[in-house]
Amino acid sequence: MQQFIQNLAAKHQYQATHLLEILREIQARYHHISADAIELLAPLLKIQRTQIISVVEFYSFFTDSPRGQYELLISDSITDHMLGKKNLMEYIVGKLKVSVGGVRGDGLVSLDNTSCSGMCDQGPAGLVNGYALTRLDEPRIDAIAELIDQQIPLADWPAEFFQVDDNIQKLGLLLNKQIVHGEGLKTALARGLKATLQEIDQSGLRGRGGAGFKTAMKWQFCSEEAETERYVVCNADEGEPGTFKDRVLLNSYAHQVFEGMTLCAAIIGAKQGFLYLRGEYLHLVDKLQSVLDERRQFGLLGNNILDRLDFDIEIRLGAGAYICGEESALIESLEGKAGIPRNRPPYPVSQGYLGKPTVVNNVETFYAAAAIAVNGGDWFASVGTQKSKGSKILSICGDCARPGIYEYPFGTTMQEILTDCGAEDLLGLQIGGPSGTFISNQEFDRKLAFEDLATGGSFIVFNNSRSILDIAHNFTHFFAHESCGFCTPCRVGTSLLRQQLDKIVDGHGSAGDVVALEELCQLVKTHSHCGLGQTAANPVLTTLERYPELYQSQLKLISYEPGFDLDAALETARRMANRDDAGAHLAQTDVE
Amino acid sequence: MTKTITIDGNAIPFEDGQTIMEAATAAGVYIPHLCHHPEYTPHGSCKLCTIKVNGRVCSACTFPAAEGQDVLNNTKDLNDDRQKITQMLFVEGNHFCPSCEKTGNCQLQAVAYHLNMLDNHFPHFYAHRNMDASHPDVLIDHNRCIFCTLCVRASQQKDGKDVFAISGRGINKHLIVNAQSGQLKDTNLIATDQAAHICPTGAILIKRTGYTVPIGERIYDHKQINEVALAAEKENDHG
Repeated sequence: MQQFIQNLAAKHQYQATHLLEILREIQARYHHISADAIELLAPLLKIQRTQIISVVEFYSFFTDSPRGQYELLISDSITDHMLGKKNLMEYIVGKLKVSVGGVRGDGLVSLDNTSCSGMCDQGPAGLVNGYALTRLDEPRIDAIAELIDQQIPLADWPAEFFQVDDNIQKLGLLLNKQIVHGEGLKTALARGLKATLQEIDQSGLRGRGGAGFKTAMKWQFCSEEAETERYVVCNADEGEPGTFKDRVLLNSYAHQVFEGMTLCAAIIGAKQGFLYLRGEYLHLVDKLQSVLDERRQFGLLGNNILDRLDFDIEIRLGAGAYICGEESALIESLEGKAGIPRNRPPYPVSQGYLGKPTVVNNVETFYAAAAIAVNGGDWFASVGTQKSKGSKILSICGDCARPGIYEYPFGTTMQEILTDCGAEDLLGLQIGGPSGTFISNQEFDRKLAFEDLATGGSFIVFNNSRSILDIAHNFTHFFAHESCGFCTPCRVGTSLLRQQLDKIVDGHGSAGDVVALEELCQLVKTHSHCGLGQTAANPVLTTLERYPELYQSQLKLISYEPGFDLDAALETARRMANRDDAGAHLAQTDVE
Repeated sequence: MTKTITIDGNAIPFEDGQTIMEAATAAGVYIPHLCHHPEYTPHGSCKLCTIKVNGRVCSACTFPAAEGQDVLNNTKDLNDDRQKITQMLFVEGNHFCPSCEKTGNCQLQAVAYHLNMLDNHFPHFYAHRNMDASHPDVLIDHNRCIFCTLCVRASQQKDGKDVFAISGRGINKHLIVNAQSGQLKDTNLIATDQAAHICPTGAILIKRTGYTVPIGERIYDHKQINEVALAAEKENDHG
C-alpha cells in the first residue's frame, strides 16, 4: 500500500487540493480508507491527518471500514421508490445474502442506499464501484449476483447494465440550435468581449441552477475584482433528486458547455477552469476527457486559444454529498475539504477558489451563454416572460408515459408540460425537487418562471395512487441525511423534523404534533446557514399548506403521546431483572 | 463623521471592517452567542447571534456592519427562536447541569438562563457519546460538545498547534483529535494551551480543578451572561 499511495500522491503532484481524487482512488483500490492509508498520505500532502479524516467521514462514497470488492449502492430517490425500489431492495438482500448497510461474510459484496443517482428516467438505479447501473429488475439482479459470485471484473459485465439513455423528448430554443465548435468564442472575440458581456446582459440570462442570479452581473463583478488570478467553475454536482438534465447536456452537448466556460474565462480573465462533476456521473468522465482533448487539438482550449487566450479545464469528481451543489461548499470541496458552505459575504466572485475571484455557474448556464454569444441577446430574450427570459431545460420523471428531457420557453403552463409527457390522473407535481414546491392538481395553470414556479430542472409527476405523506417522508429523510451539520438549526433541526414527521406518519402523533411540526419547519427555514436548511422544510410546508386535513387525520384522539417508545425504554431493566412477564411491559398510552 | 448602524432603534457607531457583533459589543449591546469569541476568526455556526438586518436574517458574528443597516436584535421573536436553538443544542447532546463540574461557569447553561429557557422542548436524542480521559491533565467529555470549533481555532490560532478538528456529517458531527491513536494523550496538547481552556461548555475540562471554585461563587452564579460578556470586552479594550 505504501508504494501505491506514494505513486498516487506523486501522480497528483502532492496537491492537497486533489484530496478527493486521491481518496477516490484509494477507496476504489482497497474499498475503504484505512487509518494506515491516512497516516501515509498526510505527510505526502503536507496536511494534518484530521483534515483527511474529516473528508473521509463527510463524503458518502468514502468509508473507514472495508466495503465489499463490489460496492453496490441503490438509489433511494422517491422516483426509484415509485419504480418499485423497496421490493427490489428486499430481493437484492435475499439474492446477494447481504444486509442493507452490511458486507457479506466473504467480503465480496456490500450493499447500501445512496441519495438520488440522477437516473430517475431509467430507474430503479444504482451504482457498482461508482459506475451507474440503470433499469434494475429481478432478472438483472440475478445476473449481477452471478457475476459477483464468479468475481467477473466490471469491464466484462454486459454493457446494457450500464447503458444510460439521454431520453431527449422535446427540443426548444437551445437544444434546437447547436452552435458549431468554436463559433461562440470566435463571434465573441470578433464582437469584442465587453460587447459580448453586453449581449449576455441583454439576453436576461439568469443562473439555471435554481437561484436565478443574473449571469452577466456575476461575470461583471468577478471581472472588476482587483485580484487578477481568477477561476471559472462549472457546477455539475447535479444532486437535487429528480434532476438529470446536466447529465444529458454533458453526455451529448459537452462541447457547448465547455465553450461557455471558455467564453466566461475570456470575459473575466481566468486561466483555469474546473468542471465539478458529481461522483455519481463517473461514467461520463472518459467521454468528457476526450471532448477536452478534442478542444485542445482544435485550438479551443489550452494555450493561445484563437491567438488570444490561455485557458484550460480540469475535471474534478465529487464523492457523494448533495451539499456540494451549494457554490461555496463546492469550492471547499474543490480545495480538498469537507463541503461546508462558507459565510457570505465574501461571495465567491470576490473570494472563491483558493480565496481568488471565482465564477460558479450551472452546466445549463454555460451552455446557454455560448449560444447567446453566437445568436445575440435579443434572440434569447425574445422568448420567455418579462422576468424570466429564454427557455428552461427540464428533467421530467415519475408517473408519466415519456420521462426524459424537455425544453420549454419560460411562461409555459404546467398543463401543457403534463400533456406533452403523457401524465394522467394526477395528484400533483414536485417542482424543483425536494427543495422546491409541491403543487396540487388544482394548480396546473401555473407557469414555469422565476416569478411563479422556479426550478433547477427537477419535475416529478405523481398520480393519484401516490401518497402525499410518503413523498414528504422520503424528502425529509433525504435532507436529514444530507445536512452538512455546520449550523445548529439544520444539523439538529433536520433530524428533529425527521423524527417528528415519522411520529405523525407512523400514527403516533397526537393533538399538537402538527402544530409542533410546523413550528419546527419555520425555525429550520428561517435560521439555517445555507439553502439546504432554508429549503429542508419545504416538503412538509408545501404539502401541509395544501393538505392540512391529511396531516390532522394521522393524529390520535388523545391529548398527548410521548415521543419515545415507553415499552422499549424498559428493555434494559427487563434484561437486568430477567423478567419478561406482562407486568414488565408498559402500554404506550392508557387510552386509545 | 462616525458611521453608524441602528440596533433596536439606537444609533451604534462602527468602523469599516467591523462585524455587527463587534460594533454592538463595543457599544455595550449584547447579542447572544456561543461559537463567537472576540479573539478568534468568527465561525457563524451556532446561530444564536441571529439578527435581522433590514428585514433579512443574518449572523451578527460574521455579517459586516455597513451604513444604512437597521438591525433588530433584542426582540421577542428573535429571543424566542434563540431559545429554541439553545434547546436544540441541549437535546442533541447529553447535558446534565447538576452533575456537570462546569455548572455555573458554562456559557451554554448561562445563555439558556439568559433566554429564560425552562425546559428542553424537543425530544432528546440520547446520543451515545464517549469520554476521552487518556490525557494526564485534560478531559474530553463528548456528551457536552456543541461543535463551536473554539478549541479548533484556539489550537491553530493561539497555540500554533492543530490538536482538534470537527469531523463527520450532519447529526453525526463529532470532535476528533490529532493523534494516530485518536486519543488526546497522544497529541501535543498541554494543560496550559488556550485550546484546553476555551470550551464554552464542559466538553473540555482541566482535570482536578472542577471544584476549586465552589458552586455559588462561579462566574454566572451572580451575573447574567450579557453582563459578563460586555465586562470582558471592556477589560480587553482597556487592558
